[in-house]
Amino acid sequence: MPTNSVENERWWARFALPTLRTEQGLRSAMNFDDTPQEAAFRETARKWVEAHAPKELEAELSKSSLGRIRLAQHDIVDVGKAWQKKKAEGGWACLHWPREYGGRGATPIERVIWQQEEGVYGKLTQPFQIGEGMCGPTVMAFGTEDAKRRYLPKLASGEEIWCQLFSEPSAGSDVAGLRTRAEKKGDNWVVNGQKIWTSGAHYSDYGLLIARTDPNVPKHKGLTMFFLDMKSPGVEVRPIKQANGMQEFNEVYFTDVVIPDTQRLGAVGEGWSVSLTTLMNERMSIGSRLATGVPEMFEFCSNLMLEDGLAIDDPAVRSKLASWAAKSNGLKYTSYRTISALSKGERPGPENSIGKLVSGMMLQDIATYAMDLQGAAGVLTGSDEETVQGQFQQMLLSSPSMRIAGGTDEILRNIIAERVLGLPGDIRVDKDVPYNKIPTKGR
Amino acid sequence: MNFDDTPQEAEFRATARAWISANAPKKYEEELRKSSLGRTALKNADILKVAKAWQKKKADAGWACLHWPREYGGRGSSPIERVIWSQEEGPFGQLSRMFIIGHGMCGPTMMAFAREEHKRSYLPPLASGEKVWCQLFSEPAGGSDVAGLRTRAEKEGDDWVINGQKIWTSGAHYSDYGILLTRTDPTVPKHKGLTMFFLDMKSSGVEVRPIKQASGASDFNEVYFTNVRIPDHQRLGEVGDGWNVSLTTLMNERSAIGAAVSTGFPELFEYCSSLMLDDGPAIEDRAVRSKLANWAVKASGLKYTSMRAISALSKGERPGPENSIGKLVAGSMIQDVATYALDLQSASGVISGEDAELAGRFQAMLLRAPGTRVEGGTDEIMRNIIAERVLGLPGDIRVDKDVPFNKIPTKGRG
Amino acid sequence: MNFDFSDDQKQLRDQARKFLAEKCSPKAVRVVLDGKAPYDKELWKGLAGMGFLGVAIPEEFGGAGAGHLELCVIAEEMGRANAPVPFSSTVYLAAEALLIAGSDAQKKKWLPAIASGEAIGTLALFEGKGNPSPKTIKLTATNGVLNGVKKPVADGAIADFAVVAARTGSSGRESDVSLFLVDLKAGGVEVKSLTNLDPTRGQAEITFKDCKAEPLGAAGEGWSILTQVLDRAAVLCAFEQVGGSDRALEMGRDYALDRIAFGRQIGSFQAVKHMLADMYVSATLARSNSYYGAWALSTNAAELPEAAAAARISATQAFQHCAKNNIQVHGGMGFTWEFDCHMYYRRANAMALGLGSLSYWEDRLIDRMRKKNAA
Repeated sequence: MPTNSVENERWWARFALPTLRTEQGLRSAMNFDDTPQEAAFRETARKWVEAHAPKELEAELSKSSLGRIRLAQHDIVDVGKAWQKKKAEGGWACLHWPREYGGRGATPIERVIWQQEEGVYGKLTQPFQIGEGMCGPTVMAFGTEDAKRRYLPKLASGEEIWCQLFSEPSAGSDVAGLRTRAEKKGDNWVVNGQKIWTSGAHYSDYGLLIARTDPNVPKHKGLTMFFLDMKSPGVEVRPIKQANGMQEFNEVYFTDVVIPDTQRLGAVGEGWSVSLTTLMNERMSIGSRLATGVPEMFEFCSNLMLEDGLAIDDPAVRSKLASWAAKSNGLKYTSYRTISALSKGERPGPENSIGKLVSGMMLQDIATYAMDLQGAAGVLTGSDEETVQGQFQQMLLSSPSMRIAGGTDEILRNIIAERVLGLPGDIRVDKDVPYNKIPTKGR
Repeated sequence: MNFDDTPQEAEFRATARAWISANAPKKYEEELRKSSLGRTALKNADILKVAKAWQKKKADAGWACLHWPREYGGRGSSPIERVIWSQEEGPFGQLSRMFIIGHGMCGPTMMAFAREEHKRSYLPPLASGEKVWCQLFSEPAGGSDVAGLRTRAEKEGDDWVINGQKIWTSGAHYSDYGILLTRTDPTVPKHKGLTMFFLDMKSSGVEVRPIKQASGASDFNEVYFTNVRIPDHQRLGEVGDGWNVSLTTLMNERSAIGAAVSTGFPELFEYCSSLMLDDGPAIEDRAVRSKLANWAVKASGLKYTSMRAISALSKGERPGPENSIGKLVAGSMIQDVATYALDLQSASGVISGEDAELAGRFQAMLLRAPGTRVEGGTDEIMRNIIAERVLGLPGDIRVDKDVPFNKIPTKGRG
Repeated sequence: MNFDFSDDQKQLRDQARKFLAEKCSPKAVRVVLDGKAPYDKELWKGLAGMGFLGVAIPEEFGGAGAGHLELCVIAEEMGRANAPVPFSSTVYLAAEALLIAGSDAQKKKWLPAIASGEAIGTLALFEGKGNPSPKTIKLTATNGVLNGVKKPVADGAIADFAVVAARTGSSGRESDVSLFLVDLKAGGVEVKSLTNLDPTRGQAEITFKDCKAEPLGAAGEGWSILTQVLDRAAVLCAFEQVGGSDRALEMGRDYALDRIAFGRQIGSFQAVKHMLADMYVSATLARSNSYYGAWALSTNAAELPEAAAAARISATQAFQHCAKNNIQVHGGMGFTWEFDCHMYYRRANAMALGLGSLSYWEDRLIDRMRKKNAA
């Protein structure tokens, strides 16, 4: 290739134009089409979903938005387990996992295509997401072969549900500040302490647990990872009532809980590096459906009559809708760029990390504005006709958690600044301090 | 609660009003009233000359630097009288712009730290506008971090010899004197090795170069010092105590009370009131109204916040910390306001200068606005100040606090 | 100039704050939040005992005979404490409507009962979604007999009487609306409680079926009276919102000072610090706008409509902003039922709608500024 000097400033035209005009060039131009292999895979997936999905739930599932994934007649865990089992039998569970552990050995792009085809039924996989996305990969990377063959297939098929026990009351964004102690007694470890924000602990069979095994070394160095049976004696699960009135998370208390050393994942003191595998997976789920509130808002404004006409004809409403729509499209096509990279077998860029940051705040703003348009009646949360059954009210009450769970907005901005833009990290005053010398109170 | 003057205040106001009415340069009134951020020049006159004439007239009649003692050229007025004066001075107050640094920062610093004979000889001509002063603190390497400055002052006999460079000096090109913060000891931590001086801007070795701003205008300068000699009696405060001296100056910069900060809102409201869009007056469009309303309450919030401070002064109390929000709110607001005014002009909004809508008022505002969010403390520094001084949150971790100045890294990456 | 509350008024504020700290702790608010009581009766009695319910009601009608500035002071403290009582419905809406338009007999009947805590009042204005407007009033009044449905009515389920906006004409003008006083304990009224965002303040649907009512103010004057009532209530609510904003900011500040992450107080991170500084900015703008509203209200100034709209918008935005980011500063704990943050989040968002939405007040503000400029 010639250098881009002044004389050669039109090199691109001489070299690139002829290629662009060939058949191959045209094929490599931007498009949204599947490759032939992708199309074949999509077809197979679509047919299978068509034949096997629980169609009776489709309408209800399509309507559920943030803060209201609840089914009127069914327990989501029961329905979810049935669907996951059926998928596992058809070879559609945990697609990207190796076959011997219950997966299909599919490529990342096949996994995305499957998600697109699974559509609203994907909402039924909610109870398994932590297991599939975080616990499974950690066990796969650090578990013994025996453990992998014993636990992973049942995790994939939804027969056994897993949860993740990392956060603690005094260790939220600062996960490594955790205090739950694990002490070695013979071939076992004895665990004491408390975890919090554990999704699904109340229906989980196993859990991935990070604990402090040495408080005398700096905080990142004294941690060890385990997995345990949630039915072990000494484990107590207490649901947390959230600000929106729902209970999706738990506190989990450990009192002299015994874990055999064979259930350790990674070396003693290596828990922090092990946990990074898990957390990376949490923050990188690609092509996953992030609620933005935009489709709901657009539909609402299209039908809402204001005093002098349809809301969607009002300039003030349009201006707001347009800027949200542009953001939500931006997110959608950012995720398409990621999918496209996967389709070409490339590693996706860091763009996808903006998703939750953008959608969390947008959801909150949209809910507030929808209520504003409803006027004084917007305060009602029951099954009132004025508020479309309180759809946006639920969204408003649930939205704060979107800006906190799985990394607060502030932590996400740090991640973008540091990992994407390459800016320096915050000054860590506790980096080389023994854990038990770090202050625990602000004043 | 009331907005009425006390009898003494009313009397003072009447006196001020009568004097202004009799003496102000009325022929510039309209033009001064219409000036907005980024557009302050007079069409057919040199604003500096008009300003100096007005300031001199004020000084002769006892209306300059009202709150200064009489012996230094002031009137010995109370803070509330000063506020009343500026309310009455109205658009003619725009003419004090080039004296603000001298009156608000240099004067108070001289008053606190200069020798009596210097105060008597330098302050009255500063008050009367005969001599203009500037402030030489910021440097290319010391912006928000003022104490990171590098300009050196070395003692030679009874003089100090200065070498280095300052930047962002408003009015250096027409100033007669300046107050200068220098480093006299680079081997101690950065806040401890500074010393303050004042100097004649005509001293040999001082070179002023205007900075062309992003807006195209040049309000600021770079000032270079090459072996400039300053006699030791022009030192302000002790050697090594320059940081404390500078706090006196900076405090005055950030707490000017009753000074109307420019938000752009009155201009935008006026514009929208007369602008016709496709389907009617802009001010009847819901989208426009919603934006206007949001800015209206910010502008009125600032106005009444400053009135609360004035009211405290009127009662002889110390105003609360509320006033510190002014520049932070107004800075980003004026930028948004200008952007939206251009949006309303659509494609023609790109035209600037005399041919543009309203002679390019909003275009000039847009281009000048980024500067207001930076000068006199960036938005980020203002938020730190609010968080730390008002809310009592901890300061940033200072990694250079106990490090000798010459050991502090000077480059971000190799 | 004296643009501040007087020393006496500040003393009143201290007294109210102390009283509410004792009688209206978050624990007490939670009794109502959890649905164990429709409102805090003890607190209501206590407020009456302190003379706070009748602070702006003239002495001849059983009140304390102070003024609206004093009421603003109390309102701020009510908002700060998130008080679970029908204060705004009774005092800002019902009592103000009576003060503006009530006959001597009507005032004698209801105002002393309000001041003593015996009667809870409210305003029945809204009929489903939408903002205050003469067009939305469909409930009819024929020869003093009301038929129609009001929804939502704040504190409707516990109110003893209501000021009801009714249609008495069909000219398509404001003069089609008249106000009526209804004793809700008499016949012809059906009340249904509705679930709402802020369970510490009830909302209801009230159906009037051949309900006898007496006119409040002259026939056809309803809308003009309502406009005045809403303006006054906007200022008073703004003070509640300012109180709530300050409390939410304080909670966030305290948590930022107490909580350690990464070995530091989280308040030492600029991301958190600047979030709090911005909350302070909103709260300060709201307070200053509200003070101006208070001045206009207390002097019945011609500027009241504009001042009230500005106070309303500014305070609504500040409270929503502070309540939202208070949760954010608290992180996960802020999203638990156990922490108090969500009580302010709920109250902030409910108050944003109670007198008509933010968009509605934005529209009103510009209308009023425009009229003033034209004049």
